[in-house]
Amino acid sequence: MKLSRYKRELSAALAYVALLAAVGAAAPTFFGAGNLRDLALNNAPVLLVAVGMTLVILVGEIDISVGSQFAVCSVAAGWLAKEGVPVALLLPSVLLLGAMMGAVNGALVGYLRLPSIIVTLAMLVAWRDALRWVTQGEWVQGLPPDFQWFGLGQTLAQWLIVGVALGVLVAFSWMLRNLGAGRAVYATGSDAEAARLAGIEPRRVVFGVFVLMGALTGLAALLNAVRFSAVPSNAGIGLELKAVAAVVVGGAAITGGRGTLVGTLIGAALLGTIGTALTFVGINPFWEKAIQGAIILAALVSDVALGHFERMRVGGLTLKAAGGVK
Amino acid sequence: MAEVPLLRATDITKSYAGVQALKSASLELRAGEAHALIGENGAGKSTLIKIITGAVSADGGELQIEGHTVTHNSPRVAKELGVAAIYQQPALFPELTVAENIALGVEQAGLGGRVDWRARRRRAAELLAQVGARIDPDADAGDLTMPQQQLVEIARALGADAKVLILDEPTASLSEEDTQNLFNVIRNLRGRGVGMVYISHRLEELPVIADRVTVLRDGRTIDTRLMSEVNRQQLIQMMVGRELSAVFPKREVELGDVVLELRDLGCAESGINNVNLSVRAGEIVGLAGLVGAGRTELARAVFGLTPVDSGEILLRGEPVRINSPGEAIRRGIAYLPEDRRRHGVILDMQIGSNITLASLDQISRGAGLDFKRERELAGDYTRRLGVKTPAIYAPVATLSGGNQQKVALSRWLLTRPRVLILDEPTQGIDVGAKSEIHALMTDLAAEGVAVLMISSELPEILGMSDRVAVMYGGTIVEILDRADATQEKVLALALGHSSEEVAAAAGD
Repeated sequence: MKLSRYKRELSAALAYVALLAAVGAAAPTFFGAGNLRDLALNNAPVLLVAVGMTLVILVGEIDISVGSQFAVCSVAAGWLAKEGVPVALLLPSVLLLGAMMGAVNGALVGYLRLPSIIVTLAMLVAWRDALRWVTQGEWVQGLPPDFQWFGLGQTLAQWLIVGVALGVLVAFSWMLRNLGAGRAVYATGSDAEAARLAGIEPRRVVFGVFVLMGALTGLAALLNAVRFSAVPSNAGIGLELKAVAAVVVGGAAITGGRGTLVGTLIGAALLGTIGTALTFVGINPFWEKAIQGAIILAALVSDVALGHFERMRVGGLTLKAAGGVK
Repeated sequence: MAEVPLLRATDITKSYAGVQALKSASLELRAGEAHALIGENGAGKSTLIKIITGAVSADGGELQIEGHTVTHNSPRVAKELGVAAIYQQPALFPELTVAENIALGVEQAGLGGRVDWRARRRRAAELLAQVGARIDPDADAGDLTMPQQQLVEIARALGADAKVLILDEPTASLSEEDTQNLFNVIRNLRGRGVGMVYISHRLEELPVIADRVTVLRDGRTIDTRLMSEVNRQQLIQMMVGRELSAVFPKREVELGDVVLELRDLGCAESGINNVNLSVRAGEIVGLAGLVGAGRTELARAVFGLTPVDSGEILLRGEPVRINSPGEAIRRGIAYLPEDRRRHGVILDMQIGSNITLASLDQISRGAGLDFKRERELAGDYTRRLGVKTPAIYAPVATLSGGNQQKVALSRWLLTRPRVLILDEPTQGIDVGAKSEIHALMTDLAAEGVAVLMISSELPEILGMSDRVAVMYGGTIVEILDRADATQEKVLALALGHSSEEVAAAAGD
């Protein structure tokens, strides 16, 4: 009975298991420790952004400016490190910067009630071009030696990055379920006016969620930047698509109010694995995007189909009741 | 040998979700007649109109237009048969010009047809002249005043050769001058053989404009009379003249101190002004009035949903400012909104989470929500209110209307309110759930809650209230004691008749 509430997550998980089984059968070397570690490491930043995106989508909004925020935070982290800011202070600085960019979106969407798709589209372009103008397209080079891998050494830092991403996911998952704020997120996304009548302030919820989205993007940018010896000024292009896709494939409703972070984890894993899996079984990786697109469509179609099925089951009553509204 | 009437509806029945909106409604409209259709809120006027215009289909009965029975009515069929309706809020396309708006109802060009702009403008000017309107056909419809837009709609209906014109509260927001203007148009149309169904709550204007009047009550046609044969008092009696048969579980309760007091309360945004009211602990005050009189607006202002800009709200004698629902809840006010399906509950959420949504602090412990406590509380309330459900983790959408309302009510009882505002608490729910909710209201009053109940059902108002406050035009015009309140008085006050008139009529 309870499991049936998570059928969207379950079907995504099933698809993932099927993918792993197929790849495992065709190319067992896929499960080598090195490959798995690379997969996890490459997808950790996307996962962090997808956690924030899940919150944004749960309240019924969307943020397509995350890729540009990601680039701004990456470059800022590099500059700060070059200016001699100690590694320990990089994290709070980048979180704050991300949160501030998120707050701009949150204020415009939450308090001025502007449509999030347009607001964040504008921000996507604005941050990206502002960054291009400021950096003149140059990468941040000549970073202090303790910037890469936080000066912790590659192995430890790799564990740390993957661990932080998973830890954040678990923490937010717990908060969504166990805090009043989590309830407020679901209530706002399901029916903002009803939430308001119950004493929740949907505007504040929307604002808060965008701030968290920005902070998580900042965190993702930092964890990604320290993997390399230089910071590119064009990082994060297309990141918004990956994050939104992970959330949708994980079973969240794009209209808000329904979805879980476990679903997002499965969605991110599924989409993140496809490309590598194709290489291993010897299919031209050019197909990666096409297959990802097909998976997203399949997720949407099955979502609609499942919704239809559920309505038929609870049906009679709800449909009749709806007919009674004058 | 009587002429064939333009329109004849006979014994029309219609029910929505088991609630019978029309039980046996009949209406006969002759050519060249202005026929008033009156009744209380919910008497079935709108449903009857919707059936005539084809917006909804009847369950039973017969509809004839010019002697021909209409079997499969639809908006398109009705329009072809010459039926047009004009609602209180004009429905023109604001970005199109007057001429284009009129053409939309009139021209029969296919998608590939070419527009003859000159002919279109000329035709619009002719039609506007017929309704005596001096309006530029090239003006944008959105720039016109509301009375002008109404005339454009009438012109459009004439252009479509409407023989049956339905006017739904056309004068509700018109000035005296515009009203007279409209009456002239109606008289003119009457002379041309158009039959008009005229819906209005302004009984005083009916003798001026209507030839006959049909009264609906509880989904039935009570009578059709010549306007010259009836007076206002008789009409009101026909509108409310039901037996008060239902038994309400009303108990005498010792009243406590005044809990909620409103002094000269006003809110420009929602059109309420100078509201004075007090509700005592243990008291149920009924708030009566027509739709649009400002009852819901008043509740929303008290609950912090719209800003109060004059007067004050006092809770137990202390002036308070309430700027948000959250603040209202913390101060012990609960508001069960009208139309639970939209905003009273969150349909996709579980029953349990819906119940605790306004009292999350009660189930918060240390670090997080206490799910065990939530289950206990939700279980308590679903049992106490008799919510029929297999499991409290089922989504509210799986429940029937009455049970959804009980969930919504549970949410507010859990906040332990001192003031409970109920907005149409039993509208559209089944009889069993209705009387359970009434019994619960009585219990709450006995526990010392101050209850303010908005209702459009006069028997409910009279049966449950200790006092009845009647609203008209955004303010409370009169507060009647339980012993003094009758259906006739409440309705007359709600229709805007002065208390002196009402008292004089009652003295007869």
